[in-house]
Amino acid sequence: MDTLEASFSILKNSSIWIYILKGTAFTLVISIMGIVIGVLLGSVLALVRNYCNTPKTIIFRWIATIYIEIFRNTPHLLWIFICLVFCPCPEIFSQKMLGLTSVETKLLFKAGVALVLVTSAAVAEIIRGGLNAIPEGQFEAGHSQGFHSVQIMIYIVLPQAFKKVIPTLLSQVITTIKDSSYIANVATIELMARVKKILSSANMYNGTGTINVSDVFVLFGLAAAIYFIINFSISCVVRGMQKQNKQADRAVLENINMEC
Amino acid sequence: MSGIFSKGAWLKVWTYRSTFGFGLLNTLETALAGVLLAMMIGIILGLMAASEKKILKGISRVYVELIQNTPLLLQICFLYYALAFSGNSLGIIATGMISLGIYHGAYMAEVIRAGIEAIPKGQSEAAASQGFGYIGRMYYVILPQSIKIILPPMVNQVVNLVKNTSCLYIIGGADLISLTYSFVTGATTGGAYAPAYLVSGALFFIICFPLSKLASVWENNLKKRDKKVNVAGNKERKVA
Repeated sequence: MDTLEASFSILKNSSIWIYILKGTAFTLVISIMGIVIGVLLGSVLALVRNYCNTPKTIIFRWIATIYIEIFRNTPHLLWIFICLVFCPCPEIFSQKMLGLTSVETKLLFKAGVALVLVTSAAVAEIIRGGLNAIPEGQFEAGHSQGFHSVQIMIYIVLPQAFKKVIPTLLSQVITTIKDSSYIANVATIELMARVKKILSSANMYNGTGTINVSDVFVLFGLAAAIYFIINFSISCVVRGMQKQNKQADRAVLENINMEC
Repeated sequence: MSGIFSKGAWLKVWTYRSTFGFGLLNTLETALAGVLLAMMIGIILGLMAASEKKILKGISRVYVELIQNTPLLLQICFLYYALAFSGNSLGIIATGMISLGIYHGAYMAEVIRAGIEAIPKGQSEAAASQGFGYIGRMYYVILPQSIKIILPPMVNQVVNLVKNTSCLYIIGGADLISLTYSFVTGATTGGAYAPAYLVSGALFFIICFPLSKLASVWENNLKKRDKKVNVAGNKERKVA
């Protein structure tokens, strides 16, 4: 039990806490950036893949399809490695900032690009699911009212589609937060990597001079708890929304049945 | 994109083709064992979640939430270092198989639970009234109906599992991605970035794309058939 106490004494060190909490902040920032850009890019991809059907624009449909299928069927880590070598990095991201060295900001930018690529493909498929659930009649009704295609998209179809897929998009946020831990493979910036780094030098902090099993449990347990708190609160929101949607659907169905 | 058209780089990849073959074999081996373990965990926990007993439901819920809300990378590191520092290391591949099985087992459990719960309760009650026990009810009545709901998302999980074998990299794995990376950064083999990444990406794509295509086609057919059944049902109701 001495080693366990020694492991907990690591957590009494306030600089360790600051280090870990900064990592948590990075995890959140990276994931939010990834999901926001991913949703923007993914919406465009989904629209292009679904509605570019004329002979002139069908090439864009093919490009979007190939993009989505490639990023959905190859591992995330591969894209991180590819981006490290081939992704160009703008000037702004090749300098010291946010307490990171210039090398780390570069790595962060490149790994972030990989995260956006993978997330956008996943989001595109989610949004396409929502678009496919919109009945054909909505388009016809829009056309009959004199809307043109872009207006129909913006005012009629997209709002309904987004409303349908919001729970799924939120679970994609959980996936993205978990996926951001892949960056630990190449750089020590976010939560996962920082905890692993503390573990590798735990012998300096716990006072026993060696790394013990209890250190693994305490440190990774803490990281798991942080991830769990963030993701579980999101998944509770998701579940609440799904329940609401189901109730709304049931109410609509009952109305239809009564009319019949 | 330098190097993608360079003959020398491609020749280098061809010379070391056995590295990629070995990596692919390791990845498939890990994935296969992971899938089997995930299936076992998924079936047991899925049945527990769909059962009537509160305590069994609770255990399954806690497992699923704990596993689904923490990253796989963290779980692999946890298992690997906990075993390594307590002096009974299993080796990298075995650790990978176990943690992949545990992680995707949680997802499989959710898939199976959803499949069983999609079957109306009346089916189970009708079977019970005919004298079927729990196993008979599941085996003859519920599972044959829910299997078509379960299979498409399950295949998607298999695709994810194959992709996630890349997580072995963090504990120094010997899977395809890790070997590709050590190939392109190695002292004697280094430099052939574009061809090497292209080859290993293509290998993953060849395995994963047919599976995910199968799953989505399957699911769409199912949806179409459901729609037809619903429309037919509504028509009958109107006539009546």
